Amino acid sequence: MADLKFPSPHEAEIIPGTEGWERMYPYHYYFSTDNPERKKYEESMFWFYDGLHYPEPMYPFDLIWDEAWFLALSQYNSRIFIVPPAMGIDHRIHNGYIYITPVPVTDVETIPKRVELFMKRAGYYYQNWDKLHDNWEEKMRGIIKELADLEIPVLPEMEEEAVVTEGKGISTGYTLLNAYDRLIDLGILAWQYHFEFLNLGYAAYVFFVDFCTKAFPDIPLQKITQMVGGIDVIIYRPDEELKKLAKLSIDLGVDEIAMHGDAATVLAAMEGSDNGKKWAQAFSAAREPWFHVSTGTGWYHHDRSWNDDLDIPVSAMRIYIEKLRQGKNIDRPTAQVIAERDKLTEGYRALLRTDEDKGTFEQMLATARTVFPYVENHLFYVEHWFHSLFWNKMREVSRIMVEHGFIEDVEDVWYLKRAEIKDALWDLVTAWATGSKARGPLIWPKEVVWRKQTMEKFRKWTPPDAMGQVPETITEPFTIVLWGITSESMSHWAKLKTVAEGDLTKIIGFPGSPGIVEGTVRVCRTVKEINELKDGEILVAPTTSPSWAPAFQKIKAAITDVGGVMCHAAIVCREYGLPAIVGTGSATSRLQTGQKVRVDGAKGEVEIIS
Amino acid sequence: MDTSRYVIPFEMCDLSMVNQVGGKCASLGELLRAQIPVPPGYAVTTESYELFMKENGLTDRVLDRLKGLDDSMVEETSRASADIRGWIESGTISEFLEDLIADNYRILARRTRCPAVPVAVRSSATAEDLPGASFAGQQDTYLWVRGVDDLLDRVRKCWSSLFTPRAISYRIRMGFDHSMVLISVAVQKMVRSFAAGVMFTLNPSTGDPATVVIDSNWGYGESVVSGEVTPDQFLVNKITMEVTKKTISDKQIYYTTDPETDEVKKLEVHDERRTSQSLLDVEILELAEMAKRIEKHYGKPMDIEWATEKSLPYKGEIFIVQSRPETVWSQKKTEPVVEPRKSAIEHIVAGLMMGKKIK
Repeated sequence: MADLKFPSPHEAEIIPGTEGWERMYPYHYYFSTDNPERKKYEESMFWFYDGLHYPEPMYPFDLIWDEAWFLALSQYNSRIFIVPPAMGIDHRIHNGYIYITPVPVTDVETIPKRVELFMKRAGYYYQNWDKLHDNWEEKMRGIIKELADLEIPVLPEMEEEAVVTEGKGISTGYTLLNAYDRLIDLGILAWQYHFEFLNLGYAAYVFFVDFCTKAFPDIPLQKITQMVGGIDVIIYRPDEELKKLAKLSIDLGVDEIAMHGDAATVLAAMEGSDNGKKWAQAFSAAREPWFHVSTGTGWYHHDRSWNDDLDIPVSAMRIYIEKLRQGKNIDRPTAQVIAERDKLTEGYRALLRTDEDKGTFEQMLATARTVFPYVENHLFYVEHWFHSLFWNKMREVSRIMVEHGFIEDVEDVWYLKRAEIKDALWDLVTAWATGSKARGPLIWPKEVVWRKQTMEKFRKWTPPDAMGQVPETITEPFTIVLWGITSESMSHWAKLKTVAEGDLTKIIGFPGSPGIVEGTVRVCRTVKEINELKDGEILVAPTTSPSWAPAFQKIKAAITDVGGVMCHAAIVCREYGLPAIVGTGSATSRLQTGQKVRVDGAKGEVEIIS
Repeated sequence: MDTSRYVIPFEMCDLSMVNQVGGKCASLGELLRAQIPVPPGYAVTTESYELFMKENGLTDRVLDRLKGLDDSMVEETSRASADIRGWIESGTISEFLEDLIADNYRILARRTRCPAVPVAVRSSATAEDLPGASFAGQQDTYLWVRGVDDLLDRVRKCWSSLFTPRAISYRIRMGFDHSMVLISVAVQKMVRSFAAGVMFTLNPSTGDPATVVIDSNWGYGESVVSGEVTPDQFLVNKITMEVTKKTISDKQIYYTTDPETDEVKKLEVHDERRTSQSLLDVEILELAEMAKRIEKHYGKPMDIEWATEKSLPYKGEIFIVQSRPETVWSQKKTEPVVEPRKSAIEHIVAGLMMGKKIK
């Protein structure tokens, strides 16, 4: 990797007309040169762009999750489980894009002590995984319930009499501030829990991968994930619910009703018969919690859930009704998946030449399989369920701000930092209490306009893959597994660049699932567009999530802009035996519906034929 | 008379029969037992040889002629060799033996749907497998033999190859009794290969035991074995049986048989065939299946020569021509890939401490 050079973080481009952008984000997030020590530190580190989570520039409010994991991931490495050689992951932002870097333990003398503590602490989690995991689920459901029940009060003209007669002693102004604080606090807490198992999960997985690639140098990562992959994972559940509803509609003879009009029309029409009512009941039971599935990754406020727009699950379900009517089987090929998994595991184990290696394989596989369901399932609880509810609670806060003239539109709130919102709410409630005019309406609408156009400029800018110095080794498990920072991926970046600059007939991504097919492209920028998919087309999407699942019934391959070997599209395609190329960065912008392409899933290459 | 003692089809041979059919036929029989298709044929056994020698009064005559020779007597040895070989090559094969050999030849022709089927006639010595006493290559091989007369002639030549000067002085030097070393002859259908090459039951460049690597070119395998051509290369995952990588090379030359003269010739590959895939995908997978079976049968990584023949218009046939233990990776001491540890967490700690080199 000798020739991989990246720009210094302090020489990164400044986009004309965006000067002052730093105020949109916390002060400790941007690269700075005023202190020599900090400057030197920033120059010496390897900052890579987290395109995996952030394909677009950060909205000031949405940065909350970045701050949340900045703390949570790091603390579990450094202060809780004491990962021997790794501290946390440091964060910066430039032109709205997040750059991160793993921080190693520099004092080697502390390492033996850290090893001892890690063995004890991580060992405790690995040994008591299932029990601790049940406990986790309970905690998570607890805070989700608290979030759902959290009331965002609207400021009344005058307080109810009960405030006096019950001697409450507080006003709605206070309750509003309090509710906002609690909302933010719950969000941060969800992310504390998010990482309770994840660091250890990734560590167990990464070293199983490591063993497999040592024993079988040619083994593709896809095969390793297939060996550890869970069958009964929540990621498939929302989709399973749609299949059940599709079957039920046919069984009850109400499928024709389900096929027409939007969700509201369908649900209203169902009320006309007993069978229809039965179906509607099943529909509403499925909504909690399975329709709290985001149509995106859940990381951005604009990723709406099925519950936010019932037209999405209803029209997706129609794909299944049609398939069933054609007499097709829509069940997950679970028996096949299990058979394939067992065949792989047995096959690879049998090829190991020593009993010692067979022993290591067993140990590592068992641990990887224990942790893997969490690695897949936590997403539903945190990124989908919790986040979907959270964004909507924030919209309630935003509505109050709109009402009081602080911003013009509910969707403008995302252009404010969470600390700014707290300040604005103080401005708002004190003005409400005083009967004076708040200052916010004079400031925020203008500022939001400026921030919107600044973010537009960010959007047009291409962030460099990395900045700073490439280190010799990386010891931080997430950096290795999740972002796949290895010598291979760095040369992959180099390859991407050459392709981007030269060969226009090719798009390179990560091999998500093997197989070679040719077919017609269908670009779907949002999940709503999957209804336009025709059988046998190749889906091109920014990313996919469980809410996209019905699309996989129709397509013969998938190409995404964002994602690694563990992303939704890759997992589902491997299960259905479809080729997938993920993390291309640009497929949705470079490909157009109707184009013919050749997809080579094992190589990770898309060839544009016409 | 029990005819099965004199001529034995390869299907009936196995490693316990080295004394009867020689090492070569015995190992071809072993491959067949492992369900590996080798070109069909049969062994003319050591008993045939003994019978022939007896019927021609040569058994004792040969031993007498060799009496008193030692390995310094080069001239003497070669004169004795010429005499003995002359006797054998001009000897009469009895009607009984001739019928047996000829009938089996005709059966072979019928089986392969090829009148006057061309065969390779090779000696298959019984001492071949004696440790430290490899006779391989010391006996004769005759290719493209057609018809009974030629066949019988070559069989006698193979028998007589037991008495080349080199073989005689070798036995003297090693202290082997001339009367104890017998010879069998393998009669095997020639494969007119459409494509051929070598394969390994592991990836020789990475050592991955889950990969079969197949190198292939048009015509005979010679071009691949000798390295005269950059062959097509196919990687197959043994467990999933997927072709994981195909490298189609520019194959400039190939070896084939001139149909007029039955001679092997080196030719330039026709332009449109140079960069086309020399094996069908189904053939790649069939070969990989065979590689797995051979490796399983021998219990070690193997290096295999194979060939395909397109005698039938709709379907090719695949044959294994030769197989031997792979030499590079299988010589390595079987050490654990990773140092064994008490628990998964110890592996995790060790892994964390190592980190990932990225420069």
